[in-house]
Amino acid sequence: MATAGNILFCGVGGQGILLASEVTSRALMAAGLDIKKSEVHGMAQRGGSVVAHLRYGDRVFSPLIEHGGADVVLSFELMEAARYLPFMHPKTTVIVNTQKIAPPAVATGKALYPADPLAFIREHQVKVIPVDGAAIAAEAGEPRAANIALVGVLSTFLPVAEELFIDILRQRLPRKVEENLVAFRRGRELGTP
Amino acid sequence: MSGNEALALGAFEAGVAVASGYPGTPSTDILENFCQYDGVYAEWAPNEKVALETAIGASFAGVRALATMKHVGVNVAADPLFTAAYTGVFGGLAVICADDPEMHSSQNEQDSRNYALAAKLPMLEPADPAEARAFVHEAYAISEEFDIPVLIRSTTRLSHVEGIVEPGERRACRTPILNREPAKLVMLPANARQRRQDLADRWQRLQRLAENTPLNQMILRDRRIGVITAGVAALHVQEVLPDASILKLGMVNPLPVERIREFAGQVDELYVVEDLDPIIETQVRALGIACRGKEVVPAIGELSPTVLRRAFGIEPRHPGFPAPDMPPRPPNMCPGCPHRGLFFNLARLNVFVSGDIGCYTLGFLPPLSAMDACVCMGASIPMAHGMARALGAEGNGKIVAVIGDSTFCHSGITGLLNSAYNGDTTTVIILDNRITAMTGHQPNPVSGSTLRGEPAHEVDLERLCQALGIEHVRVVDPHDIPACHKVLAEEINREQLSVVISRAPCALLPEVRKAPKTPLAVEPTACTGCRSCLRIGCPAIVWTPVTREEAAALGLPRPDKQDGHATINAMCIGCGQCVALCKFSAIQPKEVS
Ligand SMILES: Cc1ncc(C[n+]2csc(CCOP(=O)(O)OP(=O)(O)O)c2C)c(N)n1
Repeated sequence: MATAGNILFCGVGGQGILLASEVTSRALMAAGLDIKKSEVHGMAQRGGSVVAHLRYGDRVFSPLIEHGGADVVLSFELMEAARYLPFMHPKTTVIVNTQKIAPPAVATGKALYPADPLAFIREHQVKVIPVDGAAIAAEAGEPRAANIALVGVLSTFLPVAEELFIDILRQRLPRKVEENLVAFRRGRELGTP
Repeated sequence: MSGNEALALGAFEAGVAVASGYPGTPSTDILENFCQYDGVYAEWAPNEKVALETAIGASFAGVRALATMKHVGVNVAADPLFTAAYTGVFGGLAVICADDPEMHSSQNEQDSRNYALAAKLPMLEPADPAEARAFVHEAYAISEEFDIPVLIRSTTRLSHVEGIVEPGERRACRTPILNREPAKLVMLPANARQRRQDLADRWQRLQRLAENTPLNQMILRDRRIGVITAGVAALHVQEVLPDASILKLGMVNPLPVERIREFAGQVDELYVVEDLDPIIETQVRALGIACRGKEVVPAIGELSPTVLRRAFGIEPRHPGFPAPDMPPRPPNMCPGCPHRGLFFNLARLNVFVSGDIGCYTLGFLPPLSAMDACVCMGASIPMAHGMARALGAEGNGKIVAVIGDSTFCHSGITGLLNSAYNGDTTTVIILDNRITAMTGHQPNPVSGSTLRGEPAHEVDLERLCQALGIEHVRVVDPHDIPACHKVLAEEINREQLSVVISRAPCALLPEVRKAPKTPLAVEPTACTGCRSCLRIGCPAIVWTPVTREEAAALGLPRPDKQDGHATINAMCIGCGQCVALCKFSAIQPKEVS
């Protein structure tokens, strides 16, 4: 596991991306690493495409990931993963929630949702791990735990011990902690084949 | 913690007693964090000028004071700002302005450092959250030692960046006192001339400070390239040019002239890397020092390691892959947003919509496409007035202004007063959703609560408009599309100034979220696929394409002609706006199973 890395979180405003990136950055800090996390608030959040950059290592300078610099892309929505191809390189791992949310042009019948958005990524031989976050969350008994299931998958790529991560989740989760932890552990199983 | 949390922490530790601000991304959460500390007073002002004047008053009363705002807010606060440089302070005074290079959530990307230059004020620019906290302490020390307000520049990539910050102890607050020193505080010409001279003397001392302050750091490494840089840009430089020598300025006004000469003398090639305008570069050139800056580093948009790599021609580890061609995902009004109903009607009334800034500016986007101009906060009403004056009778019944409640309180009232005073005949629509929604739900004078959530006086908009001289003030429910249409049509056609208050709480307010809801659903056997409901652009209504077989299986009314039908997804909160749009009564309350 690398002690320096770049994680790009992306999805649609309102999907719990900021909470997911926050627990991840706290876990990395608790593991003794320097972090910088950058996100955008305001106008961009109103149902639009949302992105957060998280960088960790012994000493992190810039808060922004470069093009071609993301080691892991965690996408909360299917087609959004492909939007961030400029940040990927051949060894990037893309963890993607299979939920689809129609952008305005699709919802109004003016454009089609891409038939297979992951094909855009796989075409570059980038590794993709599709995750049915909603199914895991439903199984765990907390429909809102999809983001934590995804964080579970992500956590297997980070230099943070499982117990430490779980401690942080216990501190940060507002409710339904045990259900969220079930989702987190199920996510970890998907990350460690 | 984030840069904004760190700025708030720094202000708390520095013993700030009074803080005021007006929300604006990326500055908003500075005050929201600051107000949660014990023993501080903080409030939302209706606009930035009032916020700064409040902070100036607190400083005059001897305590440390803070004003926070976004970059464009400094335009509004500029009048007191310039003269406060003359009066100086009693208690330390800092003004934090948060710039938004790239315009992530702003209407322009002006560089606040221009104000430091123009108003002759010292300005600090931290690079990360740890510096943000520390620089606030410095700002207050400088403010009191040099008798001057201090500006602190943040940017989106400081305010909304998380980093590690070590907190410290809180300094005791200064004791307030009523200082009566008119020669210092009453800026009429005789006094102001003296204070102007005094400012020049203070400025000389500040220039000496700039030469020695540890806020400016020189790091000599490889001498072939030297970079003068400041703020977040310095971090990108260290990422992309890890071996270059750098002079990182923490104090961006006044500049340390001697240190710059010294640094320039040590390196072969000198660059200046700064976010937005060539402020440092221009001053370095004026010293007769050759350097390269905006000829290689863009002056438009925000800097990043990607941008700097391109500028310096340094190959990245991997360039990344091209983005595929996919439908964009712009921001949209939320499901159940009251603004949507109002703009749906405006789109059908064939009027020029003079707009303003807030969530409702999204009324510009298709399919509503119901905004024709938007310049700055408060401009909607005077712009409509100016157009009406220019067009004369031609403009009758063709121009409306729309303005949100927070924006109306910010700078709309004077415009409306002007329209009444000068006999305007347009229609002004106040979009009263009870809150400042765009920036994340800050209460304002219509909300009935304060920054800390305590009860407050709630302004009566109807009576306020009447007092300004508006005879026709009507209130409508924007969710009731037909009734609202009728009132709007009547008022727009009226050859007299009128105000329509479109009132319904923001769909994200806790009282709306927690209220019992009846979500809606489309009955497929009644949906003819006419797409009428899609014209309102609600994210909960989704066009669902079907094959002939699926059409038949679903029981769609025109199975051999329909290529799809509408569905309503789980985002629906049952606002009911779309019900009136369906001529086939296919939109019905959802059967709860
Ligand atoms: C001078 C200035 N200050 C602050 C802002 C940031 N800002 C944009 S719109 C807005 C207020 C929006 O509130 P309101 O008018 O109530 O509309 P709503 O978003 O609730 O629809 C603010 C604070 C700005 N653009 N310009």
